[in-house]
Amino acid sequence: MNANIPPRLTMRGVRKTFGPVVALDNVDLTVARGEVLGLLGGNGAGKTTLMNVLFGLYKADAGSIELDGRPLAIPSPRAAIDHGIGMVHQHFLQVNDFTVLENIVLGADLPNRPTMRTGEAEARLRALSQQFGLDVDPHAPLGDLPMGVRQRVEILKALYRRADILVLDEPTAVLTPQEVDELLAIMRRLADDGRAIIFISHKLHEVMAVADTIAVMRDGRMVGTVAPADTNPAALSRMMVGRDVLLTTAKDAATPGPVKLDVRGLTVHDDRALPAVRELSLQVRAGEIVGIAGVEGNGQRELEEALGGLRPVAGGRIMLGAQDVTNASPRAVFNAGLGHVPSDRYKTALLRDFSIADNLVLETVDRPPFTRRGLLRRQAIAANAVELIKRFDVRTRSPRTQVAKLSGGNAQKVVLARALSHNPDVLLVAQPTRGVDIGAIEYIHRELVARRDAGMAILLISTELDEILNLSDRIIVLHAGEVMGEAPAGAAAVDVERLGLMMAGTRQTELDAAHG
Amino acid sequence: MGEAAVSGPVSSPPGRAADRDGAWRRGLRTLFAPLVGALVGLGIGAVLIWLAGANPLEAYRAMLDGALGGRRQIVETLLKIGPLLIMGLGLTVAFRCQVWNIGGEGQYFMGALGAVLVGLWLQETASAWVVIPLMLAAGLLGGALWAGVAAWLKLRFGISEIISTIMLNFIAEYFVLFLARLPLKDPESFLPQSMQLVGPARMPTIYNRVHIGVLIALLLVPLIYVLLWRTPLGFKIRAIGSSQTVANYAGMNVVFGVAFALMFSGALAGLTGAIEVSALHSRLKDGISGGYGFTGILVALLGRLHPVGVLLAAVFFGILTVGVQSMHSIYGLPIALAQVLQGVIVLCVLVADVLARRWWRDA
Amino acid sequence: MSELQQVLTTTFVVGLFAAGMRLAIPIFLAALGEIITERGGVLNLGLEGIMLVGAFGGFAVAFYAQEALPAGAQWLAPWLGLAAGAAAGMVMGLLMAVLAVTLQTDQVIAGIMLVVLGTGVTTYFYRQWFGSLTARVESLPPVPIPVLADIPVLGPIFFQHDLMTYLSLAILLAGWYFLFRTTWGLNLRAAGELPAAADTSGVSVSAVRYAAVLIGAALTGLGGAVLTVAQLGIFSEGITAGRGWIAVALVIFANWRPGPAFAGAFLFGLATALQFRIQALNIPSLPYELLLMLPYVLTILALLVNSGASQAPAALGKPYVKE
Repeated sequence: MNANIPPRLTMRGVRKTFGPVVALDNVDLTVARGEVLGLLGGNGAGKTTLMNVLFGLYKADAGSIELDGRPLAIPSPRAAIDHGIGMVHQHFLQVNDFTVLENIVLGADLPNRPTMRTGEAEARLRALSQQFGLDVDPHAPLGDLPMGVRQRVEILKALYRRADILVLDEPTAVLTPQEVDELLAIMRRLADDGRAIIFISHKLHEVMAVADTIAVMRDGRMVGTVAPADTNPAALSRMMVGRDVLLTTAKDAATPGPVKLDVRGLTVHDDRALPAVRELSLQVRAGEIVGIAGVEGNGQRELEEALGGLRPVAGGRIMLGAQDVTNASPRAVFNAGLGHVPSDRYKTALLRDFSIADNLVLETVDRPPFTRRGLLRRQAIAANAVELIKRFDVRTRSPRTQVAKLSGGNAQKVVLARALSHNPDVLLVAQPTRGVDIGAIEYIHRELVARRDAGMAILLISTELDEILNLSDRIIVLHAGEVMGEAPAGAAAVDVERLGLMMAGTRQTELDAAHG
Repeated sequence: MGEAAVSGPVSSPPGRAADRDGAWRRGLRTLFAPLVGALVGLGIGAVLIWLAGANPLEAYRAMLDGALGGRRQIVETLLKIGPLLIMGLGLTVAFRCQVWNIGGEGQYFMGALGAVLVGLWLQETASAWVVIPLMLAAGLLGGALWAGVAAWLKLRFGISEIISTIMLNFIAEYFVLFLARLPLKDPESFLPQSMQLVGPARMPTIYNRVHIGVLIALLLVPLIYVLLWRTPLGFKIRAIGSSQTVANYAGMNVVFGVAFALMFSGALAGLTGAIEVSALHSRLKDGISGGYGFTGILVALLGRLHPVGVLLAAVFFGILTVGVQSMHSIYGLPIALAQVLQGVIVLCVLVADVLARRWWRDA
Repeated sequence: MSELQQVLTTTFVVGLFAAGMRLAIPIFLAALGEIITERGGVLNLGLEGIMLVGAFGGFAVAFYAQEALPAGAQWLAPWLGLAAGAAAGMVMGLLMAVLAVTLQTDQVIAGIMLVVLGTGVTTYFYRQWFGSLTARVESLPPVPIPVLADIPVLGPIFFQHDLMTYLSLAILLAGWYFLFRTTWGLNLRAAGELPAAADTSGVSVSAVRYAAVLIGAALTGLGGAVLTVAQLGIFSEGITAGRGWIAVALVIFANWRPGPAFAGAFLFGLATALQFRIQALNIPSLPYELLLMLPYVLTILALLVNSGASQAPAALGKPYVKE
């Protein structure tokens, strides 16, 4: 590479704060044409924030951005697009009601504005699809497309705007392992065509497989840049976490007791009234953690909501201990002994403008000791909060603090503290560590294992395979709402490749047949 | 504390420093917005008065004189504060639950109707001790049932209460006017108005013309406070208002909560109608609502959905409403000036509140 | 002849439909405006207030123009009034946009405030400027379309109206074309469905929403002015009598589509016309109050018919905050 040609993109000394929180601290980043830069980092390391600065969504407090050696300002997404920066967001920003083509031309300069004669646009789109092997139907309504295709649309959208710096933010989270391989190949092709690619991920092996250079972030700082050949997964994870141990919670073998949660032939529909969970059966025993593995969007949310009494059951039966809770109300499910830590804690589980103390009694506010003779007892509510805050290590100044002011990890501790304070027979936890910092992740994992050891039946739904492997005593793989198969015991015994194939939709029985 | 060292800069709770003296800052903010809003609103009013050719300062003095300048004026103002207060308190409960009851007018009419039916039925035979409580109960019931129609439409069919309550306003008003013109018509009168409430069906007074309706309004202030902040039902109503999804997840009966909030505010609107018809109008006829259903919305918002705030807002609006009549008779300013001022002031308060919140957060 | 037979003569029915068409226009314009606003993601419940301000502003300008203009230019007065109605609506729209888009206040409250202000301000200035005199303006004359107007039945219903009615049909087509066949419409609908998608595609959500509210308010104000200037020739306090609210309901009934909104408005026009005519027949067994209720009962029934099928823009009423 010629040292005289400036790199396509250079970011220097970028700093960004949100109130007192330093999200980015003096971050440098460089990527050249034809290069795939892997940007590694754990949750909250600052990767997405850095890219939002690049894309003009955030204004940096300090630092500069240079394109081809020329410094410039990027005040808005519009400016970023005009400078050739394209972004594939983690959660696709696509309008379901629009067609593929409409989504792609949204905001782009069409030949004959303002009328929408899209012939030329369509021709260009088809040419791009062909060139990079990104096959899509321009006139398909977007809402009906599978995740893999929707991601292609997002990439095509950037290419359509002639982006030659392409940022992909955690693009593999919604893909099966096989789809991931295809995506990595596409990224390589785009780079070989002269584009600069920034691939954001927290998955080591994916970054190792495709990146020319790997940059690692932690706690808002850039901690190092290495070539894949000069490093290994263990060294990278040390850089990411800042120490050796990586999310392995020490635990003894489980001693399962009687069945506490018994689901038989469960069918649940999604918001469009299509089956999202089909004929699903599973049992969870006292004293074991059963993990549900699967790629996001394969019925996890519907399963979780049906178990929690938040979504009607179309067929089958749910037994909590001896009680039938099929289509029971959330209240009845709660009374029957289910604790529910939902996947979207702010939308489902917490009143953001209420205090921590009030949030901790949501289910039980009308019972003693919180209500006596029809009136609330403030002292009892406060005392309950003080105790739980202490026991669950919630970092806050006061129980009267609004939940909205807590960090993701502390908010999750409030939800967990509340669920566990009722000492449920069965605990349903979904995505317990999403958006949670590493310190809190370790705490939450230890707490779950401790409860298992104390005899609680725990059903863990997570799209983080590492989390499932780390915590589960048994693993059930979900694909398109169906159970593909089951894998026993701790991380060492699990064949990850087999899990991957099941997550992609191959049944365990088929795998065994192929093997035998 | 070493907290930042453990969980990193990203996870330390934001706004810790700003939180420390949060109490007095919050206090200042609660006062800041209404004060600025009222000042700006009265300033805009001054411009309107000046444009109309009067001296704003003199006109405002006339307003204060007209509302508070003597016993008769103060009594008149108290009589206005009563209905504004009851209406505003009821809507406070609804708005706290994010239920937008715009149907105070219709519920007022139905409450007045209930009271008049009971009054006409019993006033010849029973004493005030029987008639008045029954009339008030009929008012509560009439308003609650009429709001119940909107609750049913909302909870059973998903029809926005905003639209249904507005439509029910018109329907109730025409229904009551029809009854006043035909079946309940006073045969002695040439006007389309119902027979008159007399004797035991008229609201007893405590002092001068101040009647027990005003007393009821004042007693409701602590009662609503206790309901919203000291009972589990109030907790649930506020929780549902904060997020129906979360309330449902937590096992609260969202359908009951929404229906209760809507019907409770309807009941108080009906009570207002019952009191006003018994104390003031004495019959069903055109124009008995006085627009309290709409002004009550402003009172609740200006009072920031807190009973004490609503009391202050009702007093302020009572002074405005009565005082503007003096401005009208002395300077010929349209009575509707009160309406304009009320709207502008509440608007300014809302804007000042948003701006204050932004500045305080950034500071 | 029985009452029923009297009602069902051809002339009666034709007259009814023609009147229904006319009466539909103000509500339709407001509903179309609200469709554009809501498709952009802003819930503007202030239509009743905006319509009143448009009705009054248009009336006042037409009245003073009538006095000021020379005899030869008298025809200009109602058109100036209509333009003023749209402009007055936009002033209210600007207020709504500042509240909803810039300050991000609760849109329900902002809308209610607009209604309160519109009612107060129009009453105040009507009293102040027109006081006790009963002011009138010349309403728009009917302009029959040659040939078409002579078709039996259809002619009187569709082709013997004032120019504003024909213009409204053109506005219907333009509104549909704008929403579904231009890039501006695409941007607008994206801002209402998923503003983050519009934003990251380089579309300014604030600018689009300002435009959506202003266009909507202009149409609503125009609707108010059509009522007072083009049709009735008078103004009185609260003259819109809930038409703004009915328009809000109509948007839901029409599933946020211009065509069905027109059909719905026509239905309301018919109901109103029917109520006028039955009142004129003076049937003693049918109290006129019950007839006056008709449009409001019909509104609730319309929403009942359509309940459950609604497809509101996904981001309707939610301020856009960058994450």
